[in-house]
Amino acid sequence: MVDSKQQWKAWLYLSPAIILLLVFTVWPIFNTLRMAFLNGYGNMAAMGGATFDLGIQNFLKVIEYDKFIDCLKTTAILCVATVPISTTLALLIAVALNSIKPLQKTLQTIFFLPYVTNSIAIGMVFATMFNIVGYNPVERAADTWGIINNVIQFFGGEAISWINQGSTYTANIAVMIVYIVWNALPFKILILLGGLQSINKQYYDAAKVDGTPKARVLTRITIPLLSPMLAYVIITGFIGGFKEYSSIVGIFGEKMGPPDDAGRLNTMVGFVYDALEKDRQGLASAGALILFVIILIVTLFNNKVIKKHVHY
Amino acid sequence: MKVVLENLTKIFPSRDKKSGKEVVAVNDFTFEIPDGQLVGLLGPSGCGKSTTLYMISGLQKPSSGKIYFGDDDVTELSTENRGIGLVFQNYALYPHMTVQQNILFPLQNLGGKDKLSKQEMLDRAYEAARLVQIDELMDRKPSELSGGQQQRVAIARALVKMPRVLLLDEPLSNLDARLRLQTREEIRRIQKETGITTIFVTHDQEEAMSISDVIVVMKLGVVQQIGKPQDVYDDPKNLFVATFLGTPPINVLEGKVEGGKVYIGDEAVMNVNGVEDQNVYIGIRPEGIEPAADGVLTCKLNNVEVMGRDASVVSSHENSVNPVVRAIISSDIKVDTTAEAVKFNIKPHKFFLFNKDTEERVYFEVK
Repeated sequence: MVDSKQQWKAWLYLSPAIILLLVFTVWPIFNTLRMAFLNGYGNMAAMGGATFDLGIQNFLKVIEYDKFIDCLKTTAILCVATVPISTTLALLIAVALNSIKPLQKTLQTIFFLPYVTNSIAIGMVFATMFNIVGYNPVERAADTWGIINNVIQFFGGEAISWINQGSTYTANIAVMIVYIVWNALPFKILILLGGLQSINKQYYDAAKVDGTPKARVLTRITIPLLSPMLAYVIITGFIGGFKEYSSIVGIFGEKMGPPDDAGRLNTMVGFVYDALEKDRQGLASAGALILFVIILIVTLFNNKVIKKHVHY
Repeated sequence: MKVVLENLTKIFPSRDKKSGKEVVAVNDFTFEIPDGQLVGLLGPSGCGKSTTLYMISGLQKPSSGKIYFGDDDVTELSTENRGIGLVFQNYALYPHMTVQQNILFPLQNLGGKDKLSKQEMLDRAYEAARLVQIDELMDRKPSELSGGQQQRVAIARALVKMPRVLLLDEPLSNLDARLRLQTREEIRRIQKETGITTIFVTHDQEEAMSISDVIVVMKLGVVQQIGKPQDVYDDPKNLFVATFLGTPPINVLEGKVEGGKVYIGDEAVMNVNGVEDQNVYIGIRPEGIEPAADGVLTCKLNNVEVMGRDASVVSSHENSVNPVVRAIISSDIKVDTTAEAVKFNIKPHKFFLFNKDTEERVYFEVK
């Protein structure tokens, strides 16, 4: 124990962090709770002297709002589709990276580059790839396709409107899945590669002595020994997935949808931002709390499932 | 299965590119290990003993030379096709599998004509487990086992495939002193029961001496001496082998041979007719000197340590290479501990001469 004379020093050293946390984390959490349970709360109205009753009206409004279910649906689809794909791909890439000797460091750097690149910038590049690039004002039609459609046409396929006028929801979601998976890979590869490199090489020597086929080494040795890292990557993947927002802005812009159907790809976080913009902090807070509860439930569920499969 | 090593050499490329010096880990090792014997590869760290073991296992490829199992040349054969069992220094048990799963694992990899039914696998696993006396621990995870038990599981896993050759890398180094004693007996017993040619690596001479049929003493990649433990101990070929074997270590003193007599300082301690005059190192086993009133070697007496059955007379001599000259005697022999000096007689067959420059043994006839 620190003796009491010294304690004030400890508090002094901790104070910058504590003060910042109180102002920017603890108070906002508390304030979110407060605003969520004040019926129809809005900052402007509050400053104008309006008073609000305690109640759950905000929550009811969120749930009743028809677009909210769409937001929830889009968020859930993106989550459920991208986490398994990106985790599997990251695992395979990490295993491959770990098993090659020449240029390993260089390749690691290349695979990690997207992580340090601005996600909006990546989004713009992806938008261009999937886009109908350029608009021919004379013929009043698109005349240049993005690279994806070029490839499809090269193989004799029909060009698809991915994100433009007249695109389908499925096409939009497909683009989002590709983009989110690509964006999520570097971090997961980094974590899994770190995990792989910390596995004692002797396990592999032992497996070699026993003549273990490569596929069995992966499923019976590598994956179980990597399971703590895999669990981490999956759980954080789901949490990140439920907070998906900037990726959609990156591709579709702030309209959160193709030009002819703005808001089609809105997500939970997008919903919260929208409410904030309209000075409906009460509604935004309620939405944020609902999102929090969903993430909590999913994470607890994840934890429970994963615990059965994580060894040691 | 006899194992034959023929001019086995392993050269590691230099890590330091500037100096460009290669490391010769094992240099021209030729040796035939007879079928069903327990062989200890012994030497200080960096002597190439582990490299030799891993070359026999196939996990490392020799730079040159051949390895035969029986009459088969296995030099180019990959590890899994050699039919070896390998016990790693830290056991390398799969932490996420139970003991049973660990032991079953090598069997589950067998395919084609060697494929076993589930029941056959279980029978074999239990047979191996019973041999090392861990059949009661089959449902435990490795983390729930003591070091000694983990060691046994590792041996069972290596044995379950019925290997032609069993290889053990420092099998006792991770165990505490008491377990070490027990486990080495155990390894001896298992080897005798199975009759599998077994090669193990150790830096602990006592360990190697106590259980091996044959020991191979290595230094800096070069084999120094091969033989039965007692023979090597009684008849070391050079100073290194003499000093490496034996606890407490052999007493080494500087001296010279002059006119057929060995001198330590001014004292003539032994007649060695026919040996040329030269400077020598003199090695005397601790059990080879005993205090006597008419002794030939005079040392300054430090103290006497009585340890039950034995006593050890600790003295010093200005020509001694070691800090002390130690004599192990029966504790029945009384030594005057108040005396300043002690005189020793020397048993000729515990007394070795080594040329001071080459450190090779200088042989002489015991009269």
